[in-house]
Amino acid sequence: MSSRTPAISLKTSDSDEQRTLSMWQDTLSRLLRSPSARFGGFITISFIIISILVPLLDNYNASRDSNLSARYNEPDCIIGFINGSMDGDFLCEFPFGADENGRNIFRRVGHGMSVSLVAGVFSVAIAVSIGTTIGLASGYLSGWVDSTAMRIMDVVLAFPSLLLAITLVTVAGPGLRNGMIAVAVTQIPVYARLARSMAISVRNMEYVMAARSVGASDFTIIRKHIFPNSLAPIIVQSTLGLGTAVVETAALGYLGLGQQPPFPELGKMLADSQSSLASGKWWVMLFPAVTIILMVLGFNLLGDGLRDALDPRLRGND
Amino acid sequence: MSQYIFRRIIEAIPVVLGVSILVFLMVHLIPGDPAVALLGERATDENIDALRERWGLNEPLHEQYLIWVGNIMQGDLGNSRRGNLDISRELRNRFPATIELSLTALTIATLLGIPIGIFSAVKRNSWFDTGSMLGALLGVSIPIFVLGLLLMFFVGVELGWLPFISRLDSNISLERVTGLHTVDAIITGNWDAFVNAVSHLILPAITLMTISLAVIARITRSAMLEVLNQDYIRTARAKGLQERKVIRTHALRNALLPVVTIIGLQLGTLLSGAVLTETIFAWPGIGKWLFDSIQARDYPIVQSVTLLVAMIYVFVNLAVDILYTVIDPRVRNA
Repeated sequence: MSSRTPAISLKTSDSDEQRTLSMWQDTLSRLLRSPSARFGGFITISFIIISILVPLLDNYNASRDSNLSARYNEPDCIIGFINGSMDGDFLCEFPFGADENGRNIFRRVGHGMSVSLVAGVFSVAIAVSIGTTIGLASGYLSGWVDSTAMRIMDVVLAFPSLLLAITLVTVAGPGLRNGMIAVAVTQIPVYARLARSMAISVRNMEYVMAARSVGASDFTIIRKHIFPNSLAPIIVQSTLGLGTAVVETAALGYLGLGQQPPFPELGKMLADSQSSLASGKWWVMLFPAVTIILMVLGFNLLGDGLRDALDPRLRGND
Repeated sequence: MSQYIFRRIIEAIPVVLGVSILVFLMVHLIPGDPAVALLGERATDENIDALRERWGLNEPLHEQYLIWVGNIMQGDLGNSRRGNLDISRELRNRFPATIELSLTALTIATLLGIPIGIFSAVKRNSWFDTGSMLGALLGVSIPIFVLGLLLMFFVGVELGWLPFISRLDSNISLERVTGLHTVDAIITGNWDAFVNAVSHLILPAITLMTISLAVIARITRSAMLEVLNQDYIRTARAKGLQERKVIRTHALRNALLPVVTIIGLQLGTLLSGAVLTETIFAWPGIGKWLFDSIQARDYPIVQSVTLLVAMIYVFVNLAVDILYTVIDPRVRNA
């Protein structure tokens, strides 16, 4: 994969282009050709930018946020727009309305989104780093290391992932940090198995034997030769895994095991909105719901697009 | 084949052991005295001593584990912290509600997902294919609790079409036979109760089945597309076989193999999804029970429900693997 041939050809036909592009350039161009992947990438990047900017620009003190005079204010922009009062006599103070404490839902969704995204990224980062290390080591070293590690992974996989996360958080105590770690633990086997299978498939390649014959250590071989070659499927899986991690941390939040009140988190906001639904206060639920759906949809579209773009079987077919 | 099945069963043993050890250790990982964790802070010394005796908490850890396993084998899962309920009896009362919900969801997801997947593959790139795959993508992207709340609000509250709390209206009485309300209603010929039970089942079942439906439709479609590219399909078409026959007898039988595995794996998704679905719709199954017990820090219940669900998951996966060898002659003769 390290054959980074520069794209010197100026010919535009697909087949010629592919011969001169490096793997990552090729992947990117194939990714950008798919409309659904472009859409997913657009959502993901926008969400990332918003999640970085919101905490920087808006200093939000959740524990002091309460304004009972604004209790259940309607989403003023949208209602105003629908009622046709376009002459500017409506304010946009509560674009997403206000909840039972009169808190601005627009603001809370912004901060909650940021929390969910950070939690998702952290869980996946923990799971990928631990899982890949276990997988590469057990695939390359084989023997008892392999069988012990894989039996442990089997046990973790024997639990439905959300159930295991719930149990772990129950034991460790609720909170965002424990929630993130619990979700990460449930995901470790996925990356371990993936990295292991990649390590096994390249273990006996000639270039690995060549490295061994010049005296490279196991660690160097894994780091320099096996890891880069197993990167592509791990990237695809972690993009898809981000969606899962966001959903699961939000599910823990919904069950009251994640981010604790009054701090905003999308799952917890949805759980709290349930009591407002019977009285028809739809906005308390709808905006956090749409936000989380869009976020997960973005990751899934991007992940599917990446998988197709990196799939060698599809290469050269289009 | 029997050799493969035997090996697969042997391989499951360490997993079962590992799962039970992990669930056993759960109570010991909670900071403080496990006896207090199991009984609650307000337990009397007498009660604590009795519990220590029953579960051998004064013995070394590995002996405690053996005592624990022994008690479970005899159907003794212990008592709940609150109300001192017999957990195994309570589990038997609540489990049918979860079974009814999960099996309904799985059945509908399978009956809809397979035809949608087949049709999408056969009519590749048609509007139906595009539409159903977009729907499937949305289905896997929408979290269960979000879908549940949306359905509850729009169908339950705003339109008022369907009930969205519990399994039966409080004014309907139903004799308990199996614990599955719809089945009990049919057995006892209680049609009012049947209609009522079904109407309560619809929203939670749709909520729970969506992810599985989407996954089954996607897998069926991709398996079918792969099979349709095979040489033997071309041969079948070349020899002039009707397209319907090609699909039914040649493609479908081969394409459905991976689908069987996926359907089995869905049971795990359904059982953990049941925690969320039952919590949203106040469905009195083991998922809601688990949620309530977590809120009340009733660890013995959390431990028992976790163990039960994980064991079901392990055995379903084992059964699916074995079933796979039975239906696929290539695996059978390998």
